[in-house]
Parts: sequence; C-alpha cells; structure tokens
Amino acid sequence: MRRNLPIFGVLTVLLVAIAIANPYFLEPQGFLAFVKRAAPLAILAAGQYFVIVSGEFDLSVGSLVTAEVVIAARLVDGDPGATWPVIALLLAFGALVGAVNGLVTTLLRVPSFIVTLGMLLILSGAVSLWTDGSPRGALSEQFRQFGRGTIGPVPWSALILGAVVAYVVWLMRADFGRTLVATGDNQTAAALSGVRVHRVKTIAFVLSGLSAAVCAILLGGFAGVSAQVGQGLEFQVITAVVLGGVVLGGGRGSVAAAIAGAFTLQALFTLLNLHGISGALEFTVQGLILIVAVALGTLQPSWRPRRRKPPALTS
Amino acid sequence: MTQHIATLWAKRPTPRGLAVDSPARPVFLALGLMLVVGWLLFTIDGGQFFSQANIVGIQQRSAALGIVAVGQTLAILAGSLDLSVAFLISLSSLIAAETMAEYGVLAGIGATLVVSAVVGLVNGLVITRLKVHAFIATLGVALIIKGVLESRYDGPAGHVPESFQRIGFDRIGPVPVSALLWLAIAVAAWFLLSRTTLGYRIFAVGGDPEVARLSGVRTDRVIVTTHVLCSLAAGAAGLLLAARLGAGAPTVGTDGGYDLESVAAVVLGGTALAGGRGGVAGTVGGVLLLAVLDSSFNQLEINSFAKDVVRGVVLVAALAVYARRRYAR
Amino acid sequence: MGRMLRMTGIGKSFPGARVLSDVDLDVAAGEVHALIGENGAGKSTLMKILAGVHRPDEGTIELQGKAVEFGHPIDARRAGVSIIYQELTLLPERTVAENVFLGREPARRGLVDREAMEKATALLMDELGEFSFGPRDLVARLSVAQQQVVEIVKALSVDARIVVMDEPTAALAEHEVELLYRLVRQLSERGIAVLYISHRLREIFELADRVTVLKDGAKVATVPIDQLTTADLVRMMVGRDVTDYYPARATREAGDVLLKVSGGGNDRLDGIDLELRAGEIVGVAGLQGAGRTELAKALFGAEPFSRGEMTPKRPRSVQEGIAAGFGLVTEDRKSEGLALHQSVRDNALLVARTRGQRSGAKVLDLLKRVRLAPPSPEKEVRLLSGGNQQKVVLAKWLTVAPKVLLFDEPTRGVDVGAKASIHELVRELAEDGMAVLMISSELPELIGMSDRIVVLRDGRIAGHLPANPSEEAVMHLAAGS
Repeated sequence: MRRNLPIFGVLTVLLVAIAIANPYFLEPQGFLAFVKRAAPLAILAAGQYFVIVSGEFDLSVGSLVTAEVVIAARLVDGDPGATWPVIALLLAFGALVGAVNGLVTTLLRVPSFIVTLGMLLILSGAVSLWTDGSPRGALSEQFRQFGRGTIGPVPWSALILGAVVAYVVWLMRADFGRTLVATGDNQTAAALSGVRVHRVKTIAFVLSGLSAAVCAILLGGFAGVSAQVGQGLEFQVITAVVLGGVVLGGGRGSVAAAIAGAFTLQALFTLLNLHGISGALEFTVQGLILIVAVALGTLQPSWRPRRRKPPALTS
Repeated sequence: MTQHIATLWAKRPTPRGLAVDSPARPVFLALGLMLVVGWLLFTIDGGQFFSQANIVGIQQRSAALGIVAVGQTLAILAGSLDLSVAFLISLSSLIAAETMAEYGVLAGIGATLVVSAVVGLVNGLVITRLKVHAFIATLGVALIIKGVLESRYDGPAGHVPESFQRIGFDRIGPVPVSALLWLAIAVAAWFLLSRTTLGYRIFAVGGDPEVARLSGVRTDRVIVTTHVLCSLAAGAAGLLLAARLGAGAPTVGTDGGYDLESVAAVVLGGTALAGGRGGVAGTVGGVLLLAVLDSSFNQLEINSFAKDVVRGVVLVAALAVYARRRYAR
Repeated sequence: MGRMLRMTGIGKSFPGARVLSDVDLDVAAGEVHALIGENGAGKSTLMKILAGVHRPDEGTIELQGKAVEFGHPIDARRAGVSIIYQELTLLPERTVAENVFLGREPARRGLVDREAMEKATALLMDELGEFSFGPRDLVARLSVAQQQVVEIVKALSVDARIVVMDEPTAALAEHEVELLYRLVRQLSERGIAVLYISHRLREIFELADRVTVLKDGAKVATVPIDQLTTADLVRMMVGRDVTDYYPARATREAGDVLLKVSGGGNDRLDGIDLELRAGEIVGVAGLQGAGRTELAKALFGAEPFSRGEMTPKRPRSVQEGIAAGFGLVTEDRKSEGLALHQSVRDNALLVARTRGQRSGAKVLDLLKRVRLAPPSPEKEVRLLSGGNQQKVVLAKWLTVAPKVLLFDEPTRGVDVGAKASIHELVRELAEDGMAVLMISSELPELIGMSDRIVVLRDGRIAGHLPANPSEEAVMHLAAGS
C-alpha cells in the first residue's frame, strides 16, 4: 500500500497550489466543478486500470468514446424519451467492444496493443462512415444532465464517479480483483491455481469498454457532440494510470491510485491554466511529468533484477 | 573433410531475405493477392489498375509512411517502440521549412536531421538510463514535442524553395523521387540489419537482452542507436512532407497517424512486436499492402473512412494468422 | 597433463546462509572432472563463481597458473571459461552461425563477414562430427540436443580452455546422450578441461577421470573414478543415516483409495498405474526428464492424461483437477506458484473460490497451521524467505482442503530449518487423511519421508519400492542399470 502514497501526496500538493492561486476552489462549488471536469477521465482511468494491471493495453478507448457520443447523438436526436434506452444501448456497445478486444487477445493470442489498435481504426472509420464525417443529431436535455447537471449542489457526474469508485474498489477487494492482479503478476501461477485467466482478462477489457461508455455519457453532456471528443484520450488515460504508479506489464498498482492519477493530471491542467500557461505548453509539462514520475518509480531502491518471463501456459 | 563441408553447403537450408520461412512471406502473399483483387476491381469498375497514374499514386502515398516505418522497424526489432514519430514529423517539417526559407536547402536538411537525432537520443537515453518503459518514454517525448508545436505554431509556417519541392513531386519515368528516397532508406536499413555488426546486435538485443548482455553486447548503446536512427527516419519523412506541402505544418504528422500506422505496417510485415524477429522487407510489404488497399478504395469511390475499418480488420486478422503460425511451429 | 584450473579455499555466503566454505577444486587440461553432490550441496554456486556470475567471499582462482578475478561473465568467457547452462542461452530466431559468433562477429569496419562466419562454424561442426543441420539453420528449428551442439561449437569458437556442463543430459533422449558423450570426449582430446555436473552416476562412471564430491557447501573428496564404486559415491554424497532427520512414519494403516490410475498416458507419459490411499506419502523418484513433473501435472489436469482410466474422473483442466480434490505444489514456486508482488493473504486466497474458503479468520488460522513465522498476511511474498514462500503455497492449497496433494520438490531452495518444518507439515497432512504424492530429487528426503516409492524412467513406471529402501536400489531403478 505504501506504493500509493506518492501520487496522493502529489495530488494534495497540487490541490493546495490550486487553492492558493484561486481561493474559490476551496468553496464547495469550486471544488465540485473541478470534480465534474475530472470525472470522465477518472472513470476511464478506472477501466483502463483493470486492463493494465492484468498485463495488457487498451488503446481503443479514445475512439470508443467518440463512437459512443456520436451514436448517442444520432439515436437520441433530441428525443427525451430515447434517453434511457440509448444509455442502455451505449453500455451494451461498450461491453461488446471490450469483449471483442478481450477474446481476440486471449483466444487468438494477438498482442493487445495490436488488437486494440485495430479496434481504434475500425471504430473511428466506422463512425465516420456512418456519419459521413460530421456527427448528426443532438442529445436530449435529459441526457446532457449527466454530464453537466446537478442534483441540488452536487453534480451528477460527481455522483456517478462516486458510484463507479465504490464499485471498482469493491470489485478489487472481491475475488475478481485478487485473481486479476495475480494474473497480471504471474499468469502461469494464476492458471495453475485454477484461475481462468482468459476469462479474467476478457472481463478486464469489458470493464474498460464499459468505462468508455460511461465516460462518453458524461463527456457528451459536458463537452457536447463532436467527432473529436475522444481524440487522444487513450494516451491521456494511460498517462493517468501510469502516473498513479500502476506498472505497465501488470501485477502492480491499485485502482484508487489510478483514479488519483487522473485527478492529478486534471489538477495539473487546472493549475497550468490558472498560472496563465497556455493550453499548448501543458502537453510539454504533461510529458515531462510522465517521464519523471515513471523514472522515479523505476529507479527506487525496490528495483529488482529483470526476471525472465515465465512461459505462457498452453490452455 | 572438404567433401563433408560440401554436403553441408549443398543443403543450404535457409537463405535469408524472402526465403520460404521468412516472417515476411505472408505479407507478400497478401500483397500479391491484393494486387490481383485491386486489378480485378479496377477492371470491373472500368479503370486501369496498372495505369501510370495509379502506380505513381500508390508510391507517392507510401513514401512518407514507408520511411517512418523503416525507422520504426529498427526500434521494434530491438525490442523497443517509438510513439513520438508523428509529432517529430510535424516538428521536422516546420524546422525544415523555416530554416530553408532563411538559410537555404542544405541548412534546412542539416537542422532537421540534427534535431531529429537529438530527439532520438533523448528517447534512447530515457529508456536505457532512466529505465522507463519505451511506451511511456516515447509517449512522454511525444507530448513534450506536441506542447512545443502547439505553443509556437498555429498553422503552416516557413517556405520550402522550389528546388526542394521537386523532391516531393518529380519523378523519373513512373518512379517518383520520393519513392526512390524511400527505397534508398529501406535498402540502407536492410543492409544495416543483414550485414553490419550493429544489425546483428539489434536482433540479439530484441531477441533476448540478457543473452545479448552475457555475450558482451552493449545493449544500452544498441537501443540508443536504433532510436536515433528511427528518429532520423522520421525527420526524413518530415522533410519529404515539407517538400510536398511547400511549407511546414504542425499537424502533418498526426493527421497522417504516422505513429500508430507505422507500428501497424511493421507488425503487418511479420516483425514481432516484442522484437528480435522480422525485417525491413516485410515492412515495405506491409506499407505497400496498406497503399494498394487505399488505392482500391479510392477507385471504387468508397467512402475513405471505410478504409480505416478494413485496415483495422486486416491488421488484427494478420496478427492472428502470425500467432497461429508461431504456435504451429 | 598440465593443470588448467585451480580454485583454492572458495567461500561464499548469501544473506542468511553460508553456501560454500573452503572448497578446493583442481582440474587438469584434457580432464573430464565430475562435480557431484545433493541439491543444495553448493555445486551451482561454485559453478557460478567460476562463470563470473557471483564473486567469491574468500579464496582464489587460478587459470593455467595465473590468478584471475571475474567481475562479469564476460571476463570469465574471455579468460576461456565457457558454461553450458541447463537453460540454453541461444537466440531462437537467429541462425546457428549467428549464435556461435554472437557479440564477436568477424567484421571489417562494421561489416560482418558472413561467409567467414559460416565457414568457421561449418569447420568447427565438421571437426565434431556429422550433423543434420548447418550453420544457416535457425536455432528455433533445432532439437535440444542439436542446440547443445551449437553451445559446444560456440565454446570451441572462443577457444575455451574450460567447458562447464550443468546437467547436460537432463533434456536428452537416450540416443542423443551417446552423441553428447562423444562430444565430451572430443573436447578432452583437444586438451580442454571439462567440468561435468550431473546427478546420473552412470554418466560419471562412463565419462569422468576424477570426481569431486560436495556436501553441505564443503568438499568431501576428490577421487579418481576408477577407485570408486557406485555405493562409495552415494555414501560420500549422503554421508549420514538419513532417517534420523525425518518425522516418524505413518502411525495408522493407509485408508481409502483416493486416487487410482490405470494405463494413464499422454505424449510424455505411458502406462501409468498408480494408487494413492488416504494417510500415505508416496514418493516419486526418477532422473530429470523421467516424467516426474509431467506425472504430477497430468494428475492435476494441467497437462492432462489423454488416455487411461482414472478415479476420480480424469481432469481435463486445472479447474477440474481442483474440483476433484487435487492440489499441486509446483517445482518452481517463483514462476509457477506465487504472484510475487502480491501479499501473503492474496496468494493464500488465490485458489479459494467460495466465500467460506476466503473468510479472513480462516486465512490467519491457515498461516498459523503452516507455521508461517511471523504470520503477517499483508507482507509481499517476494520479501519472504524460500521456506516461508513455500508455506504460503501450502496455505493456498489448504484453503480448499484437497484430498490429494501433489508436491513437486517440496523443499527446493528452502533452508535447513524450514525444511524440517515443511517435512513435519507434510506428514501431518497425511495423518489428517490426505494422500500425498511427493516428487523429490533429494534421495535422503525421498527415502526419509515416503511410505513407499514409485520410480519413473522415460515416462513409465520402472518399479515400486517399499518404505526405507537403500539409495542404491532407487538409483538402480531410476538409471536402469
């Protein structure tokens, strides 16, 4: 658990820095606005965490988010009555995409980097094809509530984020979480302990797909409908997860830290804006921080000699 | 004894290159098939597949991606990966165009290649010295370049002299100069991999870093060198695109999706994503396959977005086939 | 014959354990020198010191009369020491010649002279004999025996003065072993010193000029082989009355039959007939490659039997095996048994599938039952000693209360104190009514623990032995001599 401390420390420092620059941040409204902005990425990071901790990648989430938003706009088309059926459909679609990613990775033994890269191409192409390049239709007001509305003082997205966090933390404490991390740590040992590693990994991809669907529902409301809404999200979310101390290759890191990584990234952007650093240079800072954070993580004394990969178990 | 050696040689089990068991074979089979299909489609559609215009088009489309992919092949063979190439291409095009406008063509080429080499050096050092996963290291560098691009440029900048623009458009017979440039870079990389000690060591490091290290290979140096070469290839692609556009453009690299597409072309060519197996020939085949696919879609006037879908399917299907072949062996 | 290697007073400690003390070894040019000893006697540490992998704490190494110090494996290789590890160190995707010359390709100004390289490889191969493969073949396509040939060619190409072979026949078929003998003799005819590490006494009598026996990290003796009998060798290796160290045998009659196999087989095993009863510990003996691990994995369902009858029903997967009441403590716990970066608790719960099996209180009980000291469930497993790691693996299986526990080398890499406590535990489990199948390469352990012993050879059962057989009896059956 000690591993998680740095990211929470960094996050605290950033939040304090924001509060100093902008005291409004300390008021509930100001803080909740921040949470609202961070929620989509945080949810996506929770999903990506499952995949990364199991030793895989999911590069398809960015284009999946775009696809979900575009589909939602087209199907809802301003009709409030369509909101709930469409949301159900979006979740089902996200789960389906995740399942395909997972099954191709595990059953056909294609590296997940390539599988999800292929899925990225397929989804972005298919969406553009379907919409002829520019999204049509509009979201209903009811649909958009989730991304930008509030219940009383609390934004919907903060509530949804809270529910997601509660769910994933519970999931990681349940049997699934333990087997998932063990699979990422040592797939052979997990398989010889009776863990159905293919199933576990596929579920991880499904969860990532679902998180993209939820993220899309929030972003659609928050940022509106466009064909660029999910652009670059896949790398941003992997940055967030890795920033949280989750190790590429699997087996190490906690979901709470991954979510904290997303908040840290968002806090960083907020702070840079407050200090008048244009949106552009924020990428440079993001890149530097990413490299430095990971370098510090790997150069810590807990460095261990490279271990040969255990042979994959034929199944 | 001579007799016995003779019999050994007579067996000549596996000549290299496009041999029977070469990892590149499937992609060339697929390319051949695709050429036939493309030709059929064109004919049915009333077009001419092997027309000069189409052939030139395929080569033009391939050249920039091809050059990047050759560099990417080196990085992947060494067990690494470079996600910074797309932004580096944009940066190179801008440096080339701006320097050329001020100081002339040679200075422009020089400046571009120097900056590219430095980026490659940074990538390599972050990976080897700071022990950061190549994915993260090059993604971080990509973000850094992206920030620089977005803060300094909001549109095309600089100007490329006419003389240099000709590299983008001139051709010798049916062969565009850009394709020749690609060919030259590919041949150079092939030579490097199959004839030089560095090439041998790239395969060794990608195959098993521990075995390479125990055999006295300086693995860190090899990885840094391949990253410098990979970035130089991206710089060359940036030069070519600047020549095409007549100016530098901050989005030319990302619009082309050169980061992920170059990785796709490399693995499509049979090079293992984990390193140590594959080669440049396969990458050339992979790039051509993607280009022929494109041209067929263009001819059929199918919405260009469909090509992405097909690319994705082809990519995953190809890798599934490779995985099966590996396990069957 | 001149003296090639002289190691004097070598001592080495690892945190918490002294593995070598005051070991002398000297090997002449052209000699085949066998190095034998039980597991844990210090053979591999001594070899790794010679290879430059470990630095000795004390002692000196002389090569051809000159003192040397190896800081890196490269130093040792450059000095003429070539090691052929059990796990071959070749690149499968490169050709034979490329592997032989890896890191030292003949080159002019950076350009590899491929032809010279392949010719040199062909010449070296030719000197060794006729082979059905050439310098241009991919290593991935060669058999293990052929790959060993490549390793030997590699050693010749660096002009090695000493070649160390670590259990070279472990993965070889019978006819391939003959080839290896021939190669070893050729090396010695060239004046190369061969240090040959093996458990197979037959090979040692076949090949070696002299033999050095190690026990508990110290040298017992170096003796010319023609002054020894098998019995002498075994006595020197074991050197104690083994039964004293082990828990008392079963106090009750073996109970119900919990496992019965007849005619079990797959691509590595054939004609396996076996019966296990509640309360008994059945030892499995055999040389490396005889099919011991394969037998355990077949019973467990990881590499299932494809033929034969079995009660309970033949498991086709690990899940079926666990459901049928099997548990497998694997040979290599780091790569197959544990998720090293996870906590003790998470590892202990890896097999548990139901809420009852997982309840927190029970985990603590189990950790106490396996005598994990201290029983701290939140500690990362990689930080534990080998013995404690093995106890975590045991706790993992006890969560599901298996009927049949399969132990593959239960005390490998475990220090002496923990060994005794694991032995007691195994006996305790049997007393509680489990059937235990125990594979061990350590004959004293096998003989000390087992109520009866099954000996495997070449994937078949070579014979059954009652409790407390002589080591010779086991060896004879295992080696087929």
